[in-house]
Amino acid sequence: MSAPAEAVVDAKRAAEMGLSGEEYERLTGLLGRTPSLTELGITSALWSEHCSYKSSKVHLKNFPTSGAHVLQGPGENAGVVDVGHGWVAVFKMESHNHPSFIEPYQGAATGVGGILRDVFTMGARPIALLDSLRFGELDAPRMRSLIDGVVRGIGTYGNCVGIPTVGGETGFHRSYNGNILVNAFALGIARRERIFKARAAGVGNPILYAGSRTGRDGIHGATMASDSFDAESEKKRPTVQVGDPFTEKVLLEACLEAMRTGAIVAIQDMGAAGLTSSTFEMASRGGVGFRLDLDRVPLREPGLSAYEIMLSESQERMVIVAQRGKQEAVTRVFQRWGLEVATIGEVTAGGRAEIRRGGRIEAAMAIAPLTDQAPVYHRPAAPPADLARRQAPPEVPVPDDPGAALARLLATPELASKEWVWRQYDHTVRTSTVVGPGGDAAVLLLKGTPTGLALTSDVNPVYCGLDPRAGGRQAVAEAVRNLACVGAEPVGLTDCLNFGNPENPEIMWQLRECVLGMAEACRALAVPVVSGNVSLYNETEGRSILPTPTVAMVGVVPDLGDTPEAHFVRAGDRVILLGEDRDEHGGSAYLRWLHGIEQGRPPAVDLDAEGRLARLLRALTGQSLLHAAHDLSEGGLAVALAEATFGARVGARVAVPLGAAALFSESQARALIACSPAHADRVLEHAQRAGVPAREIGETGGDRLEIAFDGGRLEAEVAALHRTWSRALPEALGL
Amino acid sequence: MRCGVVVFPGSNCDHDVYHVLKHVLDQEVRFLWHDEPRLHGSELVVLPGGWSYGDYLRGGALAALSPVMGAVREHAERGGLVLGICNGFQVLTEAKLLPGALRPNRGQRFECRDVYLRVERADTPFTREYAAGQVLRMPIAHGEGNYEHFPYELDRLERDRLVALRYVAPDGALADEWNVNGSARAIAGLANAGGNVFGLMPHPERCAEEVLGNSDGLALFAGAVRGAAQLAGAGR
Amino acid sequence: MKARVTVYPRKEILDPQGKAIQSALARVGFRSVREVRAGKSFELDLGVDDAQQAGDLLAAMCEKLLANTVVEDYEIELLAADAS
Repeated sequence: MSAPAEAVVDAKRAAEMGLSGEEYERLTGLLGRTPSLTELGITSALWSEHCSYKSSKVHLKNFPTSGAHVLQGPGENAGVVDVGHGWVAVFKMESHNHPSFIEPYQGAATGVGGILRDVFTMGARPIALLDSLRFGELDAPRMRSLIDGVVRGIGTYGNCVGIPTVGGETGFHRSYNGNILVNAFALGIARRERIFKARAAGVGNPILYAGSRTGRDGIHGATMASDSFDAESEKKRPTVQVGDPFTEKVLLEACLEAMRTGAIVAIQDMGAAGLTSSTFEMASRGGVGFRLDLDRVPLREPGLSAYEIMLSESQERMVIVAQRGKQEAVTRVFQRWGLEVATIGEVTAGGRAEIRRGGRIEAAMAIAPLTDQAPVYHRPAAPPADLARRQAPPEVPVPDDPGAALARLLATPELASKEWVWRQYDHTVRTSTVVGPGGDAAVLLLKGTPTGLALTSDVNPVYCGLDPRAGGRQAVAEAVRNLACVGAEPVGLTDCLNFGNPENPEIMWQLRECVLGMAEACRALAVPVVSGNVSLYNETEGRSILPTPTVAMVGVVPDLGDTPEAHFVRAGDRVILLGEDRDEHGGSAYLRWLHGIEQGRPPAVDLDAEGRLARLLRALTGQSLLHAAHDLSEGGLAVALAEATFGARVGARVAVPLGAAALFSESQARALIACSPAHADRVLEHAQRAGVPAREIGETGGDRLEIAFDGGRLEAEVAALHRTWSRALPEALGL
Repeated sequence: MRCGVVVFPGSNCDHDVYHVLKHVLDQEVRFLWHDEPRLHGSELVVLPGGWSYGDYLRGGALAALSPVMGAVREHAERGGLVLGICNGFQVLTEAKLLPGALRPNRGQRFECRDVYLRVERADTPFTREYAAGQVLRMPIAHGEGNYEHFPYELDRLERDRLVALRYVAPDGALADEWNVNGSARAIAGLANAGGNVFGLMPHPERCAEEVLGNSDGLALFAGAVRGAAQLAGAGR
Repeated sequence: MKARVTVYPRKEILDPQGKAIQSALARVGFRSVREVRAGKSFELDLGVDDAQQAGDLLAAMCEKLLANTVVEDYEIELLAADAS
């Protein structure tokens, strides 16, 4: 066979694959010779940002990663946290931004597929998905079809596999016009003692391949610019990965069943950089080597080279290290489910990888220098020159008609109901969804226990753009607050750090500051980071996205009997506002969407106050004192009150000593609660003891929302506001 | 009562149905594998929701030809109870055990939401625990639930009283906006002439426990279990 | 012998997918289009040489699996035998 391995390998080709001159020299130094094309491809994949975290690593170590509940922190396929009753939660979030911009349906679908495999490869059965999506302006080129494609892709994949998509967020900003964000989160559960890891061990143990066949999907585009490939071969080369959720579902069942045979030593899915990252990472974690015979890999079409097989990103594939002599038990399971399974190599001693194709050695390299000792960069970081101007206090126009301002805000895509999105996602399959999409946090029943798992994802990219340190703190604090609104105590978080080009010092500064802000909040609020993902180079034609460190947090509700709703449920309840109101409009939805102003310091984040508020909310929920709890975030008090009236169309009449603009202030550490009049005094006493400012501002009832403020009165019909809010998104999308 | 839940590759509500029968109703339940033509003595057979064999041709089309469906057909012909939910309903129509077909939703999108159903017949084993005219709230989650048949066949379904559940407004009245997938005659659930084969697009297993905020679907399984027990008692 | 089978929604049945495509075509300027029917197409290599036999086989396949005649019509087209 004439392999492209005959092609010339030099610094120029290395650069085409994304390796810098320095990195190429480092590789030739390690090998003591010129690498083969396959070796070069393997190295460029392992040393990519995605696999090596080379630009972000020095900052990521600021995160607290351990805690009383943490069984597995970053470094495995997903984090593992003890949630009680013998169960563990296994979760991770990952980005699929670039593929989703190129082909939104398949990009988003395969993003969901990848994150599900990260979870079930650890022996956990996935039980929930979240999606954090950022789109550009609706009128930007392709934007409506990007939105439609992403939503359909997520829906089709998750719905078919049968994992409920229970929440997430959808935001809009022009910085995403040329680079949308699709961050998918999956959570699975397993018995504490049944967790599987991707740590190869046992010299002589066979390495198995299971799942779909390997094709030319997703092989990095840069490598195609090579004179050894002619126009004809390029035509045959799909770079968009195509997902098959049916195979994923079957693979999921087969993997969980195969794990029960007791014959699996280690298992990992083939995600980014496919067979390369899975085999090298498993060997690296276990301190062993491996030998692969690529002739035994099941192929979709003949004639793939070693390079292509090692770099293919075909979906729905797993690598398994089985116990020697027992692999039959494993292969029988995959065969019963109608999946491809083959023994493709074995574990060796000595920490080297040896890869053969067509009887010849295509790669022979030491593993550790490529994985553990991959390049690490301390890239320069510097704040933008115009930071002071960006953070200058904005002029805040006072709304003439706050009722009209509220209606206009509720009709923006940012604040409008996202039901159009989540109604396309199956959120009730698996019969565990106690609180689905649309609330502050989703809540899932941990079957057979009184316990619930609460999930939320949060970030405010505008805040992060104006002050990345404060934005990082705010993302974590808001997630804690959302969990507290359903009575959940956080047990861990995972993140997706989406940023622009790290070679730009301003971007590096954003990354560093966001991470530091998140880390401060994690420490103050006792939430460890157990897994995560970094997505860099999110820019188009030199224009970077807003810094977007998405946080997905998991909490435990000890007893589901007490969960309050995120909305008013009955008339005659007392409405209490918790937290301190300040005039804080920097980066607010009011300024941005109604006045086109994106300026100022974002609201201050007082982490002690956030901790006190969260503890109070959990205590009140635990004592069944609340009928409703809803956090204040984008749009401030006015929007939170309106949202609280929508769920059951129960109105409210409140009075607050605030100016008209302050109704839309986004001061943090605030929440709205409702309780029966009989409990109001106890709630206020609790708040006082907890050191949380609390003020009874009115009561629920009727079909109107009435807010008396300093100098005026906002009045609106709940039904009319609800109509505006619920129809805005499909109307704006033209559906 | 021995219950069997069929598992096709791609079934994804099999565990949910199992859970309700086993843990909520305390019945003996086993999974029935798609390529074995045996029901292992199951008296109630449930075809669950999901994407059987990926449903890449039409919902339920490939599953209708699977080995286990031969045994299901014999069971149904002997008067045994068969319940098809969502994809299971599609399988039953593709297998011609129930009339008609299910097409893509009117809105061309997957719909996951609560709907309201009016019980049209309370004299099948599956609806006996409800009252005729009762309105139930139940979740749907499907992309192809738009019931369709030839007009004269629809008339015959009505004449033979095969329509068991219809999509209605919360007050029980027929209303186009509540017929969310555009089904002909707002048909949400059907029985065969004998009443022993029953299919519906909504998911009763997803509303069978109070902790999930709705238990309107439990009586459907309870009725089926009781009906199957009576059949067994009658020495069928 | 090779053949192509095309499956369409029955004429008298609303075809929302076809309608959606028709309005999309109108939006991008193709306003004269009167109707779009969205269907599926299958290409089969039958492994038999006799046209009569091929036609019978295809009709049986359509009735049994490829089409659901409650809602779909099908068309069968025998393709010129492949020289190879």
